[in-house]
Amino acid sequence: MSALTQDTAVSTGRATRVFIYLVLILFALFYLLPLYVMGVNSLKPLAEITGGNMMALPSQWTLDPWRSAWSTAQIGVEPTGLKPYFLNSILMVVPAVAISTIVGALNGYVLTKWRFRGDTWVFGLMLFSCFIPFQIVLIPMAVVLGKLGLAGSVPGLVLVHVVYGIGFTTLYFRNYYASFPTELVRAAMIDGAGFFRIFWRILLPVSGPIAVVSVIWQFTNIWNDFLFGVSFGGTSQPMTVALNNLVQSSTGVKEYNVHFAGAILAALPTLFVYIVAGRYFVRGLMAGSVKG
Amino acid sequence: MATQADFRTRLQDWLPKLVLAPSFAVTLLFVYGFILFTIVLSFTGSKMLPKYDWVGFENYQKLFALPAWNTAIVNIAIFATLYIVICTFIGLMLAIFLDQKIRGEGMLRPIYLYPMALSFIVTGTAWKWFLDPGIGLEKILRTWGWESFSFTWIKDGEMALYTIVIAAVWQTSGFVMAMFLAGLRGIDNEILKAAQIDGASNWQLYRRIVIPLLRPAFLSAFVILSHLAIKSYDLVIALTGGGPGRATEMPATFMYSYTFTRNQMGIGASSAVIMLMTIAAIMVPYLYAELKEKK
Amino acid sequence: MKMMSITALLLATPALAEPSVEVMHFWTSGGEAAALGAVRDKVVADGVTWTDAPVAGGGGDAAKTALQARIASGNAPAAVLILGQNILDWAAEGMLGNVDALAEAQGWDAALPQAVKDFTKVDGHYVSVPTNVHRTDMIWASKAAFDKIGAAYPTTWEELNALAPKFREAGIIPLAHGGQAWQEAYMFEAVAAGVGGADFYRKALIDLDDATLRGPEMVAVFKEMAELRGMVDANFSGRDWNLASAMVIKGEAAMQIMGDWAKGEFTNAGKKPGDDYACIPVPKAKGDAFVYLVNSLSLFTQTDPDLIKGQEVLASAIMDPAVQIAFNQSKGAIPARTDVDLSAMDACAQATSKALAANDAAGTAVPTFAGTHAANAAVVGAATDAITAFFNSDQTPEDAATALADAIAAAR
Repeated sequence: MSALTQDTAVSTGRATRVFIYLVLILFALFYLLPLYVMGVNSLKPLAEITGGNMMALPSQWTLDPWRSAWSTAQIGVEPTGLKPYFLNSILMVVPAVAISTIVGALNGYVLTKWRFRGDTWVFGLMLFSCFIPFQIVLIPMAVVLGKLGLAGSVPGLVLVHVVYGIGFTTLYFRNYYASFPTELVRAAMIDGAGFFRIFWRILLPVSGPIAVVSVIWQFTNIWNDFLFGVSFGGTSQPMTVALNNLVQSSTGVKEYNVHFAGAILAALPTLFVYIVAGRYFVRGLMAGSVKG
Repeated sequence: MATQADFRTRLQDWLPKLVLAPSFAVTLLFVYGFILFTIVLSFTGSKMLPKYDWVGFENYQKLFALPAWNTAIVNIAIFATLYIVICTFIGLMLAIFLDQKIRGEGMLRPIYLYPMALSFIVTGTAWKWFLDPGIGLEKILRTWGWESFSFTWIKDGEMALYTIVIAAVWQTSGFVMAMFLAGLRGIDNEILKAAQIDGASNWQLYRRIVIPLLRPAFLSAFVILSHLAIKSYDLVIALTGGGPGRATEMPATFMYSYTFTRNQMGIGASSAVIMLMTIAAIMVPYLYAELKEKK
Repeated sequence: MKMMSITALLLATPALAEPSVEVMHFWTSGGEAAALGAVRDKVVADGVTWTDAPVAGGGGDAAKTALQARIASGNAPAAVLILGQNILDWAAEGMLGNVDALAEAQGWDAALPQAVKDFTKVDGHYVSVPTNVHRTDMIWASKAAFDKIGAAYPTTWEELNALAPKFREAGIIPLAHGGQAWQEAYMFEAVAAGVGGADFYRKALIDLDDATLRGPEMVAVFKEMAELRGMVDANFSGRDWNLASAMVIKGEAAMQIMGDWAKGEFTNAGKKPGDDYACIPVPKAKGDAFVYLVNSLSLFTQTDPDLIKGQEVLASAIMDPAVQIAFNQSKGAIPARTDVDLSAMDACAQATSKALAANDAAGTAVPTFAGTHAANAAVVGAATDAITAFFNSDQTPEDAATALADAIAAAR
């Protein structure tokens, strides 16, 4: 029975189906509303926003807020817009996501295929790291980073995000590998394959779906992080810090249209990842529950 | 020959633990070590920088005498309960509906999922705008003719907390839906068919069979939602700033303001310890129960 | 011969040096960014690289957190925008360096009023370089609104209170206010100085004398706060301060009680003092007073000679009279130096400058409480809680005074 199809055995009557569609569409509107408001208002000149209805379509379409948010908006003393900070974010996010995903995969592999006494305890202890609020670890982490000479640098930020991402990635991969048949691993071991060989040849090839889940989750969290970025970014601050400076500035005219354009710009990479990889996302979560 | 095999086996024995060890060590230091550091700090009179003098339980006494802390505790209890329950309910409902061979599922799913991609700063700012009576929903509906519509929750000390629930539910219920959808798709249809042959109604089908089979998804959803509820700092600050007054104070905002803004690191640390203890009190038994079963 | 060439080598080395200064601040937009830009331009013109480290939000809260993280990791920025007693706290920790030699050479002692020296000079060392002085106890009034009801600007609290119903009748909001805790704190201190006078202010908010905090004068302050509470519109909660200023600019509201950083908003909207708006001190019932806030960039001790040089150039630039004028024209405040020619600045700035000089001499210039000058961050935080709780509830003024005294006592 292929669990990947949309085959559901439940039959529903006409009225129920109409009701279902209605609910789904209503919720779709609910989810889309803020994006619509932000998008529509990012294309209006400022006078239209302050004067008018925020749901109305622009009577004067303009891309100026987007240009401004990208390259000329005031972020601190320099009118640089968000552009320079994008690179900082990418340099931080890509290694952090890659490393935490690979480490999570290896951890999941060990915890499910190479059981040892107390491994559930180890997993449980590692899982707790998902819950620690970041403000609590800020100062001690600063001290440690300082001692390691990594404070205020991109590698330091990468380290921080890897450390606090391992709990999640291990969780995802462990749950996924748990339902992978152990017999195949046993058979390989009997054939003389070693630890890494089994991982490389057997488990990794089928890890696509859960890797997508892990990458999406980590990418989103790390890309959107503000606290670590502002504290440990030094001179290469990520884009969230710049966005915060753009949106939270307390003097001058609040250029809502620029703020919204900036917010959408900042979210574009994650939105892109979600939309492109979205269908693999559900498949990935689901494949974890395939019973062998 | 024997020693070679011996060494190889022993290496194979140790290799998995060696691979796991760095992550475990990192967790020990950066999570438990730091928790220990925070606990130590909570017994010191630290103000602006960590200072290692001993003041006993003074910080805790001061902490519980502060009305803002008591507000924060009540708020997080209300918020977390509502947030987790509503998200789970909506997520499950949407997942079940989407599972009914819906046309356009491919389009609906990203719409439900995308809010999770936005940072809390963005979400908070957008919703703050939307819920403001002067420029947001209230004004729109009034312009459209519904003169008496009033939605001033965000300015009301009593109701502001629920606006945070709305924004938070909006952000993550789609993600929860994805988790349940994945779980639903993994359910073997043979079981469902057999039950239908036995004469079970749709309602019974879901209640008796499907939902219990979704246990792993409930676990994951609970973990993800609780973690977000506890860490809800950015959203609160962006949406209400802790206001009106201190009405929407949360332990995370409290800890932040006392440690960093008010130069009272000792009290901030004690509030952090209480937060961690509460988290542990909830998560540890839950995880224990769930992990025990997974053999 | 050899000595000569070594000297020549040493003299040639500065050309290879790359002095730079990293400035952490929360002046991230509008007039404030432009003002800091004036300093930056001078610094860059003097050959020093400017590394900007802006952190917006919370009037400096996020910057404070970032600063603490940087210090914990041993990587303090060269110059940081810090307010009031926080400067004194950092100095007490021994983290601030000084520019005494520069100050001596440039004659800062004579050029700065005592008010400014109190918050930039610690134990006789200049650890912070002042850019400007703000006045916080001010009313910004819309001329159009006052003309509409044919009233004069209030000089006493009774007059002010009596104006409120007249404005409401004319469809104008009497008081534009943003319901955020810090705004209520600034309003409170303006009322404290206005209703109670400088001596009361000193006893209550600087000395933190418990009896004064619980006393009848404090109750009177809260009574006036209650009056002001009745003058705001229903949507005040959570409103940003510059949106409240916008209400006055547009004439929708008659007055705003806010520090003179509000002036930048009026100037940006093309409004002129006198013609479009009035900048008047709050009524003073018990003799003149002036509540001041000093903005300065504090210098954290550095070991790298390039960074030390950068700090010195920065300090020089800030205290340069031309830069002080340019900075304050954008910022809306008055220069920290008293010996600059203010004829290029607008009427409000000139009036404020005269008032500061007079009050400084008479000893009635008091440091801001809400801006963490008069007391430390813990006390100000606790007091702000009590003040905003009063403003957002129907607590009686008597209870409010007691709550305030209790809160401050607990935070000390």
